[in-house]
Amino acid sequence: MYRYDQYDHQIIQERVAQFRDQVRRRISDELTEDEFRILRLQNGLYMQRHAYMHRIAVPYGMLSSKQMHMLAHIARKYDRGYGHFTTRQNIQYNWIKLEEAPAILADLATVEMHAIQTSGNCVRNISSDQFAGVAADEIIDPRPYCEILRQWSTFHPEFAYLPRKFKIAINGAVEDRAAIGMHDIGLTVVKNDQGEIGFRVMVGGGLGRTPLIGATIREFLPWQHALTYIEAILRVYNQHGRRDNIYKARIKILLKALGAEEFARQVEAEWVDLKDSEATLTVEELQRVAACFTAPAYLTLPASDAAYEQEKATNKAFANWVMRNVKAHKVPGYAAVVLSLKKTGVPPGDITADQMDFVADLADRYSFGELRSAHEQNLILADVRQADLVSLWKEAKAHGLATPNIGLLTDMICCPGGDFCSLANAKSIPIAGAIAERFDNLDFLHDIGEIELNISGCINACGHHHIGNIGILGVDKDGSEWYQVSLGGAQGNDIAVGKIIGPSFSAGQMPEVIDRILQVYVRERTEDEKFIDTVRRLGIAPFKEYVYATPIKTELQHGEDAYA
Amino acid sequence: MRNIIKDHQIVADDWNVLRLEEGQTPESVAVPAGKVLVPLKVWQAQHAALVLRADVGVWIDSDEGAEALKEDAAKLPLIAVNFPKFADGRGYSIAYNVRSRLKYAGELRAIGDVLRDQLFYMQRAGFNAFAVREDKDINDALKGLSDFSQPYQNSTDIKAPLFRRVHRDGASA
Repeated sequence: MYRYDQYDHQIIQERVAQFRDQVRRRISDELTEDEFRILRLQNGLYMQRHAYMHRIAVPYGMLSSKQMHMLAHIARKYDRGYGHFTTRQNIQYNWIKLEEAPAILADLATVEMHAIQTSGNCVRNISSDQFAGVAADEIIDPRPYCEILRQWSTFHPEFAYLPRKFKIAINGAVEDRAAIGMHDIGLTVVKNDQGEIGFRVMVGGGLGRTPLIGATIREFLPWQHALTYIEAILRVYNQHGRRDNIYKARIKILLKALGAEEFARQVEAEWVDLKDSEATLTVEELQRVAACFTAPAYLTLPASDAAYEQEKATNKAFANWVMRNVKAHKVPGYAAVVLSLKKTGVPPGDITADQMDFVADLADRYSFGELRSAHEQNLILADVRQADLVSLWKEAKAHGLATPNIGLLTDMICCPGGDFCSLANAKSIPIAGAIAERFDNLDFLHDIGEIELNISGCINACGHHHIGNIGILGVDKDGSEWYQVSLGGAQGNDIAVGKIIGPSFSAGQMPEVIDRILQVYVRERTEDEKFIDTVRRLGIAPFKEYVYATPIKTELQHGEDAYA
Repeated sequence: MRNIIKDHQIVADDWNVLRLEEGQTPESVAVPAGKVLVPLKVWQAQHAALVLRADVGVWIDSDEGAEALKEDAAKLPLIAVNFPKFADGRGYSIAYNVRSRLKYAGELRAIGDVLRDQLFYMQRAGFNAFAVREDKDINDALKGLSDFSQPYQNSTDIKAPLFRRVHRDGASA
């Protein structure tokens, strides 16, 4: 994992001091709320429905056990004893006092963490593959590039007041687990025919009101030029992105208006002066940063552990967990483990302070003291010996973190929604809860197999509903909460935006809607066909037909209140 | 006469900023005598007369581009960039272009909604003078210039990124 040197420490300390003074000036009214708002957002502090929400950066999802303990401490000391992992691999707290926010940043700084640019119209936290460095299908570990970009984007003087937020993701594997196509810039680490390392550059992806998949503007960018090329993209965007309408301010709208070819031409023209400037990356710097991401001290182990195989063969519950939550590792005898934050009854991504301390201890004992967060709102122990899986499973189970549902219906992505977020049009957590409760049968879930259900409480799409195989979007109709359903969305290499099946539903109808969709799937699927493939083969028509064929009874007139 | 920040000092300033009133056009507006900072559009419309004056500077608005001053930059005693709102970040790229593309070495001033917490970035993008919004304490604003000591990335002020400027320890886990 990256460790701060004296410069990183100094920059973070100066940030803490700066923000402490900004908070002081706000409290003494030297700064108006309007002036302060942008400053606090760039420190991750939002004003939400009930209190301030503080979003802490987890750069590319990497966490040390020490940092996780600190997150537990913050949950206890400054919040109500829990935190929420987000689809941007960050963590946020919902019950923060403004006066205490500087102290939170100071505490975070002691473990090399911060809240820099987790909000605001600037370059946000760089996100990546949660299995970076260990995935069996990895071409190149993307994390050194993520860290180099993190530093470059931190307090970039020219790009802190962009037309809109700006998200960059990097993938280094064959399979895209970082959803690069839905980012403002999506980079894939590739090797060219000469074996040189570079990036395929996608620009203009994003969800929200206008969901668009990014367009490739350059097939191969040698890695040395990553910073200057991104600078060129951002300069074009900063000057020409729309500022008259925040709904049309993302780079995707500029790219669409110009066309990918013209946009690429402008970037290349801007880049001419920058290419080979001093901002060009050096081998020394790449090596310095990459040295932080070298493999831990793996033991030489047989490819498969006998006792583990034995347990798998005889213990169905364990085998289920392994099937869903344990992922292949490139080193023989090791595995990556997904700790599910999707237990029924718990809002997706939520974790208590005690659980945070517990997973930090697990990481120390089983995974070289490191953890990762995934954009699906789960945690990962990336380097676990197969021989340790049984005991790890038992412990995780005892702490509610071993629900064997990764990739299944109840492994939902869900934003905080109307319960917390002041932007939301509708609640999302109770919808997730009602669906999870309705389908709380493991055999059924395993039979349905891989399916992505994503829920957003508003069109801003923090729950990534557009790219869920089933997407649920909360909408406001005449002052009450309704839910629009889409099918066919997907993340990964075949990233796609789902299609809306028809008129929206009340909260109380939603579990039945999902049930009907699944019934069509079960009836129509061919052997081993995944849900998304059935939808792709048949289109949405048969699903739509069946869902709307007969009225859906809802036991409550105002379903959304049933879960309030 | 108001004070501005220039080269890290608070100094008195005798430039007047001409802003077009409603009904005035760039062609017809009368440019007063004395040191005056005119809008780019006025500069362009009355170029023949204004280019002869040594006491005329030009301000660029956030939706305009530095390249419009390509031919004239070297002769101008002052170029300013207007921030209609402090959250409008186009002025940073304009400043970058004035310095990097036009190679302008004279006074580059931020005018308009110029606040303490933006000054550090403005200075890095190329501004060396700041007409801080008049309702704000300029002495307080001056502190904003020294919020950080060693930035990571290059910009107009520092051409080399941190990794080329200093020896950084090879951090390891």
